[in-house]
Amino acid sequence: MESDVVISVQEVVKTFPRADGTPARVLDGVTFDVHRGETIVVMGGSGCGKSTLLNCLIGELPVDGGRILYHTARMPSSRDISGMSESELNELRKHLGILFQSGALFNSMSVADNIALPIREHSSVPARLIETIVTLKLEQVRMLEHRDKMPSQLSGGQKKRVGLARATALDPEILFYDEPSAGLDPVTSAAIDELIMDLSKKLLVTSVVVTHEMDSAFRIADRMVMLDRGRVLKVGSRADFEALRNAPPDTLTRHEERLMNQFLNGYGRGPLTDATGTSEFERLITAG
Amino acid sequence: MADSPSSGSPVPPGSRLRTAVEAVGEAVLAVGRRGAATVRFAGEMTVVLGETARWIARSLLRPGVRFRRDALAAQMVRVGVRSIGIVALVQVFIGIILVLQLAPTLESYGQIEQVATVVAIATVRELGPLITAIVLSGFAGASIAAEIGAMKETEEIKALRAHALSPYHFLIMPRFLATVIMLGGLAVIADVVGVFGGFMTSWLVLDIPPQTYLDITQAALDPTDYLTGLFKAGVFGVLIALIACCEGLNVTGGAEGVGLATTSTVVKSIVALIGVDAVFTTVFYVLGI
Repeated sequence: MESDVVISVQEVVKTFPRADGTPARVLDGVTFDVHRGETIVVMGGSGCGKSTLLNCLIGELPVDGGRILYHTARMPSSRDISGMSESELNELRKHLGILFQSGALFNSMSVADNIALPIREHSSVPARLIETIVTLKLEQVRMLEHRDKMPSQLSGGQKKRVGLARATALDPEILFYDEPSAGLDPVTSAAIDELIMDLSKKLLVTSVVVTHEMDSAFRIADRMVMLDRGRVLKVGSRADFEALRNAPPDTLTRHEERLMNQFLNGYGRGPLTDATGTSEFERLITAG
Repeated sequence: MADSPSSGSPVPPGSRLRTAVEAVGEAVLAVGRRGAATVRFAGEMTVVLGETARWIARSLLRPGVRFRRDALAAQMVRVGVRSIGIVALVQVFIGIILVLQLAPTLESYGQIEQVATVVAIATVRELGPLITAIVLSGFAGASIAAEIGAMKETEEIKALRAHALSPYHFLIMPRFLATVIMLGGLAVIADVVGVFGGFMTSWLVLDIPPQTYLDITQAALDPTDYLTGLFKAGVFGVLIALIACCEGLNVTGGAEGVGLATTSTVVKSIVALIGVDAVFTTVFYVLGI
C-alpha cells in the first residue's frame, strides 16, 4: 500500500440473495485506491453498486470477499475494515464524515444540536466551546441564521448543508458523500458542489463522492471511478474521463469505452440501452 | 406450485389428488415459514434485549458513558404520563363491568359483599397489569415502532452509527426503560382506579356500604397479590418495548413499511401479552402463589 493511499479497495465482492435464494453479485472484484487529499468520484448508473460500495466503505455492510484497507493519520498501519471489532470500527468512524443522500438529520433535534451531538458524545469539550464550534461549522456551510430551526423547517438543499456541517463536526480526515446533488435544482446543486470543493481545500480532507450527476462529478473530481454492474470499468483522472466524454462515439473501438461515452454524455441510444430505451441493467433485473 | 412435466411424479398433472397434495404441501410450507419467521423474530428480540442490557450496564457503571436522563424523562412522559387518562378510563369501566357481571351470581348465594374480593384480586393480580399493557401496546408500542421505523427510513439510524453512536444507547435504551418503568407505575394506577370503579358501582348500584367494601378489599389482598401484579407489569413492559423496537428496526419499504410495523407491533404484543400472562398464571397457580 503506497504511503499516500488512505483507502485501498482490493477485489471487493458483495452479494445479496435474490428472491429465489441464489446470490446476486452486486460488487464483483472492485479495486481502486483513494489518495490523501484528493476528491474521488465514484459514478455509474442506477443499481450499479455505488451505494453498496459506499456502505461497505463506511463499515455499514460487511464485504463477502476482498479487503478495504484504511491508512489514516490516526491509524499508522493499514487495517482491513472487515477485521475490525465494533469498537475499532467506531474509533475509525470518529475520523470519517458522511453526508447522506437526504441529509439524515435527527428530526427531534434543532440544527445546532444535530451538529453538537457528535462533539458532545466524543469529546470532553466544554459546552461553551461546543457552541463556538457549532457556530463555526454553520458559518462554513452558510447556515448560521438557521441554527435554532428544526430539520422539518429546512429545504432539501439546506438539510444537506446542515448534514455537511454535522459530517465535519469532528474534523474528519475522510469525507464520504452519498449523491450530494440528488433531488436538488441545478443552482442548489452547483452551490453544494462549491461547498464540497471549498471544504476540501479548507479542511484538507480526502473526499469520496458517490454520484450519477455528471455535471457535478466533473466539477468536483480530481479522479473518477466508473462502475458498471458491480465491476470497475475505469479509474482515471478527470482529464481522462473528459477526453472519453468528448470523443465521438464512432471513434471508440472498445465496448467499455462506448459504454462509458454513452453514460458520460447521457445519450439515450448506445451499448447501455437497446432500441426500446431499456438499460441492460433493467433487463437483467426484470429477468431476475 | 406450478405443474411441472419434469417432476417425475407418478400422479398425473392436474389431477384432484395432485391438487390436494400440493395444497397440503403449500399449507405445511406456509406453517414452516411462519414458524421460522417467529423463531427469527424471537432471536432478534433476544439480541435487542442483550444489547440494551449491555448499554444500561455501561451507562450505570462506566463514568464516560452518559445515562441520557433527558431522553429517558422525555420517553417516560410520552409513554407513561400521556397514557394515564386512557388507562384510568378503561380500568374504571373494567371495575364497573366486573361488579355488574358478578353481582347476580353472588347475590343468588347471598354473598353480594364478596364482589369486593373478586374485584380486588382480579384487578390487582390480573386485569390491572394486563389491560394496562394492552392499552399501552396500542398507545405507546405502536408509536415507538412508527418512530424508530421512520428514523430508519430517513437514514437517521444509519447516521447515528456513522457518527460512532449506538442506536441501542440513543434510541432503544430510553424507550425500553421508559416502557418498563411506566408500565409498573400505570399498573398501580390501574389497580387503584379499577378498585375505585368497583367500589363506586357497589355503593351506588348494589347498596354495599363503603366501609364494608373497603374492609373486604383490604382483607382480600396480601402483599403477594401486589408483587405478582407488578412483576407481570414489568415483564409486559419488556415485551412491548422489545416487540416495538424490533418492528421499528426491521422496517423496510417506506411509509407502507412503517404502517405495517405499527399494526404488527399491536398484534404481536397482544398475542404475546396474553400468552405470557397465561403462562404466569399457570405457574403461580401451580406454585400456590
